[in-house]
Amino acid sequence: MSDKKKDVPKNSELQPELVQLQRRLFLRSGLSLGALSLLSGCNLQDGDQVDKVLWAMSRWNDRVQSMLFRPSHLAPTYPASMITKPFPFNAFYDADSAPEIDGDTYKLEVSGLVRDKRSWNLAQLRALPQASQITRHICIEGWSAIGQWSGVPFRTFLAHIGADTTAKYVGFKCADRYYSSIDMATALHPQTILALDFGQEPLPTEYGYPLKLRVPTKLGFKNPKHIAAIFVTNENPGGYWEDQGYNWFSGS
Amino acid sequence: MATAEQPRVRARIIHPLLVRIVHWINAFAIVCMVMSGWAIYNASPLFGFDFPRWATLGGWLGGAIAWHLAAMWLLVANGLIYIGYGFLAGHFRRHFLPLRPRNLLRDTKDALTFKLAHQPGIYNAVQRLMYIAVLLLGVLVVASGLSIWKPVQLDALADLFGGYDTARRVHFVAMAGIVAFVVVHLALVLIVPSTLLPMLTGRAPRHAHGKTSKQEQQA
Repeated sequence: MSDKKKDVPKNSELQPELVQLQRRLFLRSGLSLGALSLLSGCNLQDGDQVDKVLWAMSRWNDRVQSMLFRPSHLAPTYPASMITKPFPFNAFYDADSAPEIDGDTYKLEVSGLVRDKRSWNLAQLRALPQASQITRHICIEGWSAIGQWSGVPFRTFLAHIGADTTAKYVGFKCADRYYSSIDMATALHPQTILALDFGQEPLPTEYGYPLKLRVPTKLGFKNPKHIAAIFVTNENPGGYWEDQGYNWFSGS
Repeated sequence: MATAEQPRVRARIIHPLLVRIVHWINAFAIVCMVMSGWAIYNASPLFGFDFPRWATLGGWLGGAIAWHLAAMWLLVANGLIYIGYGFLAGHFRRHFLPLRPRNLLRDTKDALTFKLAHQPGIYNAVQRLMYIAVLLLGVLVVASGLSIWKPVQLDALADLFGGYDTARRVHFVAMAGIVAFVVVHLALVLIVPSTLLPMLTGRAPRHAHGKTSKQEQQA
């Protein structure tokens, strides 16, 4: 934006006549639009001054969104007739590359600020109270799709592992190298669930078998699939997309 | 505010400083919002086309969203200052009202036949209608934008627009209306370039022949 100044003609070139000045000012506003087009290179990736402002604004948006977040306000739910079929696949890889996980040997690791760090198998997770919901998955790209997810309410799971619910963050590490994290208020939201089923069936491979976090109050990329490890922390764990510039809070 | 009937008024202030500052901040914010919005649209086009890459801002989806949600604050803060000033200082009432259908018909006919007079500081009925319309479109684009930014927390607002998907379309249509306004607005500045300087200096150009009316023709 400081480029604008370079576009202003030198004083020696200026003539007193209004008409000339007018032409110059008109020219300058044209050049400023040109300068703006140079800004399109600012993309959060090269760490220049504009990027720093954008990152700072993104942190400001995190704060505003956490203030807007209402812990007991439920996301809209839909009838089964409105479920989107087929449900879109979306990831940073092709559907063919989704990890194949053996449910019999699967272990969910737990660490961080929790009382009980024992790992969990699928039978143990299914033995916990289950909940089901039909909600809208909203992608950061703008499309949305309605699906039915069922599993363990996440706050129930956090209670079972004795999580410090005064901690700030819950982080997730996934079998597909994805990682993400959410704020504790969202983790405790009644509709945030550790999903084991999609529709009436266990999660298909491409939708996150065997375990996915389903958060109807967050954009789709904050719903990690193929979860292998969960940890509670006060250090922001970031995320695969968040670290590249997607807004961290990304509430819906 | 001086009227066109007053002869030989030296350097009348036709655009107060606040209006000029808000105008140029708004111009910057709208260009940022539209260009980054087009990049976001391209990630999942609603209609059967996408916007050329050179017309987008942000480089990739994450960058475009960062631009969009950063410029949003500038646009909203600036817009609130303008709307507050518009109502409290009588700016809207003085410049955009009254808007009578009879005048609108007359001025529309004159505009289409290239007979509409341009009077610095005085808006004709067509201009009044366009400024009122773009203000309402601004409110619509912000409200629909909020509802697709927060369709869960602001679900009542999203419902008002007919749900998330419809709100996206409303947001797009409101954007298109604003862009159409900007195109006409810039075309008029090109046709009547003497309107640009007052938007920077606030002062109407001094004319050799006292009266400022009927001196320039505008489409």
